[in-house]
Amino acid sequence: MEKLNTVEGIVAPMDRPNVDTDAIIPKQFLKSIKRSGFGPNLFDEWRYLDHGEPGMDNSGRPLNPDFVLNQPRYAGANILIARENFGCGSSREHAPWALLDYGFRVVIAPSYADIFFNNCFKNGILPIVLSENEVDSIFSEIAATEGYQLKVDLSAQTITKPGGDVLHFEVDEFRKHCLINGLDDIGMTLEHIDDIKAYEQQRAKQAPWLFS
Amino acid sequence: MAKTLYDKLWESHVVRDNGDGTCLLYIDRHLVHEVTSPQAFEGLRLAGRKPWRVDANLATPDHNVPTTDRAQGISDPVARLQVETLETNCRDFNITEFTMDDIRQGIVHVISPEQGATLPGMTLVCGDSHTSTHGALGALAFGIGTSEVEHVLATQCLVQKKSKSMLVKVEGETPDAVTGKDIILAIIEKIGTAGGTGYAIEFAGKAIRDLSIEGRMTLCNMAIEAGARAGMVAVDDKTIEYVKGRPYAPSAAMWEQAVADWKNLVSDSDAIFDKVIELDVEQMQPMVTWGTSPEMVTSISGSVPAVKSFTDTVKQEGVNAALNYMGLEENTAISDIYLDKVFIGSCTNSRIEDLRAAAAVAKGRKVAANIKLAMVVPGSGLVKQQAEREGLDKIFIEAGFEWREPGCSMCLAMNADKLEAGERCASTSNRNFEGRQGQGGRTHLVSPAMAAAAAVKGHFVDVRKL
Ligand code: SF4
Repeated sequence: MEKLNTVEGIVAPMDRPNVDTDAIIPKQFLKSIKRSGFGPNLFDEWRYLDHGEPGMDNSGRPLNPDFVLNQPRYAGANILIARENFGCGSSREHAPWALLDYGFRVVIAPSYADIFFNNCFKNGILPIVLSENEVDSIFSEIAATEGYQLKVDLSAQTITKPGGDVLHFEVDEFRKHCLINGLDDIGMTLEHIDDIKAYEQQRAKQAPWLFS
Repeated sequence: MAKTLYDKLWESHVVRDNGDGTCLLYIDRHLVHEVTSPQAFEGLRLAGRKPWRVDANLATPDHNVPTTDRAQGISDPVARLQVETLETNCRDFNITEFTMDDIRQGIVHVISPEQGATLPGMTLVCGDSHTSTHGALGALAFGIGTSEVEHVLATQCLVQKKSKSMLVKVEGETPDAVTGKDIILAIIEKIGTAGGTGYAIEFAGKAIRDLSIEGRMTLCNMAIEAGARAGMVAVDDKTIEYVKGRPYAPSAAMWEQAVADWKNLVSDSDAIFDKVIELDVEQMQPMVTWGTSPEMVTSISGSVPAVKSFTDTVKQEGVNAALNYMGLEENTAISDIYLDKVFIGSCTNSRIEDLRAAAAVAKGRKVAANIKLAMVVPGSGLVKQQAEREGLDKIFIEAGFEWREPGCSMCLAMNADKLEAGERCASTSNRNFEGRQGQGGRTHLVSPAMAAAAAVKGHFVDVRKL
């Protein structure tokens, strides 16, 4: 998993509550055998004017000019801000895979669906919870300022606004540690390589038929 | 302190206690199939990792493979890509795979015990919920998700929390025609589909000891349908006899050593379980499900229940919806339910013993005129071969059944084998959920002999009164 400590960049505003995982990545894309390559189909139904299917050449598809990610001012955004209950719906890990593949490393919202929230951390995305008011003011500021950027510092647990104002956010210590060090669950387990090897050696003596 | 079988299996695999209620648990065997593994392999590649212990893995395609003419390959491009991807991944990482044209190919949960790749005392996982099957051999076996598949590949371990323990004791002399399938359906009727949630279940008692290993696999297979991730049966002579001589089983001096070890794989007589359930097999009859959940089940002499017979209003709504979906009237006798199709197969009931039981009923009889399709899908190429050696294929074909190539087939209808909307099927599989065997399809779960009996009569019938 890619490390995450500071993220600075353009913020794309997704001004809707209850954005569900089927909106994030529609179910026809789950047939895929990959976990990368979902970026072009992130928010597929909102983003394009036609119906998307796996295997299509997305570069030739008609874009919905009104959809936020299609607006030039949000090109290259790596922070997404949304309203409450972001990521509700199914448990598919394809949702964070699609956000990540598109380039988002940070999501900001007043609240999230549980499984999605966990899946973000598992996949190198930082989901930040801010109060309704804080989220609201960021939405207004984005609307007023073209090229609006935020600076997220995970170690310090701060978000710095263009004018220098600083917001504080909470994050679970353990998850913070994993993100900063790029440790996914597998990375964490591999920190115990010696334990695993010691176990195997001792077990191979007791039950050699399991290792032959 | 006295220990349960589950305690013993768990403790012998703890690599490390994480101190937060979770442990790092070592996994001895990992089974891989085409549907839940591609992203896991891709994850490995992206992170530049390799499988920790290549020889702990065994792969085969099963969910998507066609059950008819294999020489044609797979016509559905999405399915074909998944199967080909499995081949590429196994080749790239050196993992043993029984490919579609290998006689050893079949449903993962059938081939692994058959090969001796499932051994007593093992921890075994697979990206498939019916992995509980393997507990029949005194192993700790459970299903996992795609992230965990990658985790096992990369580390040979999983981060797990120990479950509570449940003992399900089934005593008594088993009546004729009552099989492992009927026993597990009766257990689910009693405890419900969430009754085992949070527990690892050990099945014990005379009726369980009297089951063959195949019967115990059927039983443990559906532990997940009772909500339990793992089901298991203690090791006895039958277990050891079953494992002996199989290709992946230990041999010579190592065999003796292993057997001595496996004999300890029983719960201590004074071990304490968090929950104990008792049933009497002597009261049981062949079972038939009437609804859209395995707990919606009754015996062959029973009838579809009246909605009012349930007191809970939420239950009543569920039953109402199920009867609607199933197209059934309240109080209809189970034996008055007519069928369109019959499916004998799946990881629940596609082993040689199952096919023998079905063939014994089919022999000298004909599939009823109202049955559009009756199909038998062996669980593996080797089961198929053995059945053909015994002439079972001829019995089925003469009776009007189709004799197919091994795979999951109509259990989940990912390939061409499926029910059309409204079609009613007697099925030996494990899930009667809405749409499971095809959109709008109606599934009734039964044992193989009962499915064969339904095929020849055209409706459900007590196989003992045929
Ligand atoms: S036979 Fe059915 S339940 Fe068993 S592994 Fe295949 S799809 Fe799953």
